[in-house]
Amino acid sequence: MNSSFSILNSPLSIPNSPFSIQANGLTKWYGKEKTVAVDDVSFTVEPGEIFGLIGPDGAGKTSIFRMLTTLLLPDGGNASVSGFDIVKDYKRIRNTVGYMPGKFSLYQDLSVEENLNFFATVFNTTIEENYHLIEDIYIQIEPFKTRRAGKLSGGMKQKLALCCALIHKPAVLFLDEPTTGVDPVSRKEFWEMLKRLKKEGITILVATPYMDEANLCDRIALLQSGKILTINSPATISASFPHPILKVKASKMSMVIKSLASLRGVISCYGFGEYAHVVVEKENDKIIDNIKEHLIALNLQEIEVRKSEPTIEDVFISFSRNGVN
Amino acid sequence: MKMCLFHFREMESTNNNLSIQTEKLTKRFGDFTAVNEITLEVRKGEIFGFLGANGAGKTTAMRMLCGLSKPTAGKAVIAGYDVYKGTEQIKKRIGYMSQKFSLYEDLTIIENVSFFGGIYGITSSQLKINSEALINRLGLENETKKLVGSLPLGWKQKLAFSVAILHQPEIVFLDEPTGGVDPVTRRQFWDLIYDASDAGITVFVTTHYLDEAEYCNRISIMVDGSIAALDTPSNLKKKFATESMDDVFYELARGAKRTGD
Repeated sequence: MNSSFSILNSPLSIPNSPFSIQANGLTKWYGKEKTVAVDDVSFTVEPGEIFGLIGPDGAGKTSIFRMLTTLLLPDGGNASVSGFDIVKDYKRIRNTVGYMPGKFSLYQDLSVEENLNFFATVFNTTIEENYHLIEDIYIQIEPFKTRRAGKLSGGMKQKLALCCALIHKPAVLFLDEPTTGVDPVSRKEFWEMLKRLKKEGITILVATPYMDEANLCDRIALLQSGKILTINSPATISASFPHPILKVKASKMSMVIKSLASLRGVISCYGFGEYAHVVVEKENDKIIDNIKEHLIALNLQEIEVRKSEPTIEDVFISFSRNGVN
Repeated sequence: MKMCLFHFREMESTNNNLSIQTEKLTKRFGDFTAVNEITLEVRKGEIFGFLGANGAGKTTAMRMLCGLSKPTAGKAVIAGYDVYKGTEQIKKRIGYMSQKFSLYEDLTIIENVSFFGGIYGITSSQLKINSEALINRLGLENETKKLVGSLPLGWKQKLAFSVAILHQPEIVFLDEPTGGVDPVTRRQFWDLIYDASDAGITVFVTTHYLDEAEYCNRISIMVDGSIAALDTPSNLKKKFATESMDDVFYELARGAKRTGD
């Protein structure tokens, strides 16, 4: 797909880019004070890859999406999508990508069916032609096809938006926080859909604030304050965590977290679901005994100290604490 | 659940250490039963997690508990007042923070605090003390004249929470307060929740982060309008013979008939 498109490239675009997405030093600032939203961001996404932009609100995810989908001009750097330059070839990019913005932006006054027809028509296709792409998702909202989009529930709106972004069989699919505010079961189903689309050869760039979803991507970029902290496969990023982690539990967790942070040999300590994660300089029997003794001295009961594996969330927290600016 | 056993009249007289009591609380919209006979009780100062899939009926239930929506059937006593007759009394004794940011973006931090303090009817001398404590607690001493709209989401959420408890309510209702917030700020937000609970405020919170369910004293999981499970996180995991709260949630919510909210 890319090679045939790249013949059409204008001279300024990146020629014969083997990547579905290539960003080089992409930069965006806003306002009189030139607040930097995206700061010299470079990454590549290979065809058929699910690539995640993982970061909190304000990390610059949406600005990156809007530049790559040609809705916003960069203030520095350049990028290509399917081999097309995001500035020179913006019209071609608009024909080849699907974009699901974070904010629901279908026509509220049109019905489910009318919205889908509208998007198919705009892209010179029909619902029938690419129905196989959306079938799994569409059958779930089909019972409500005459309902106005504005009257749909959050979960159904999200499914309709995905159908509309897919109906012209895009080469690259941009999903900006598709699962924010969505319950855990629906989130799981949504990711199963993405895996099926990957099998169809669609490249997916997805943004999410959920760290557990990072593990479902082929590769991820951790993003904070407009900067990329690291890019790699989720497993490699988790394994790169520089210190051992212990998981600790006792009868009063708020006391565990507050008191262990200042213990010798402990780098940091924070809540992690049922346990507290305690990042230690060295993992050995001595530190485990010290932690246990410390908690016993505080009159805590049901003390449990175990070795634990680092996760993407641990990596992200450690980056945040060390400061990236 | 043993609270079904006692009579409602007794509930009203012996509820001194309970903030929320409901018995078969129900809300119907036409033929559709959004909330179906939910019975629960929440102790004063407890952190109660109210979980469920989108569309399970959480928001509708919460609106009834806040006195914003009249139940179709059932009973509830919130902060000592009946949800049918005492809605105005209830509203004075609760705080509410929705997932949708509700402070005024084009007012400064201190203007928002003063405005909501006024709405809650806090006297000006007390408001001065409360707002100073709020600003100090959040470390915003040098930011008070900044427009709220210019703050990062994490700060906005922490501020919205602090404003929701500015009048020292008996209960604070939090509807998905941490959606989209980064991992560090999410934890700072829970520090604020713990502080509120330590100060005796009852916290009733919904979340889609299952690690946060673990931070609650007890949780309930709603499926299709009913409460499918209610217990401490560790008891629920024992009951479902699993080590992860995710499994408990999937097990219960997977069978849901409803989709979407």
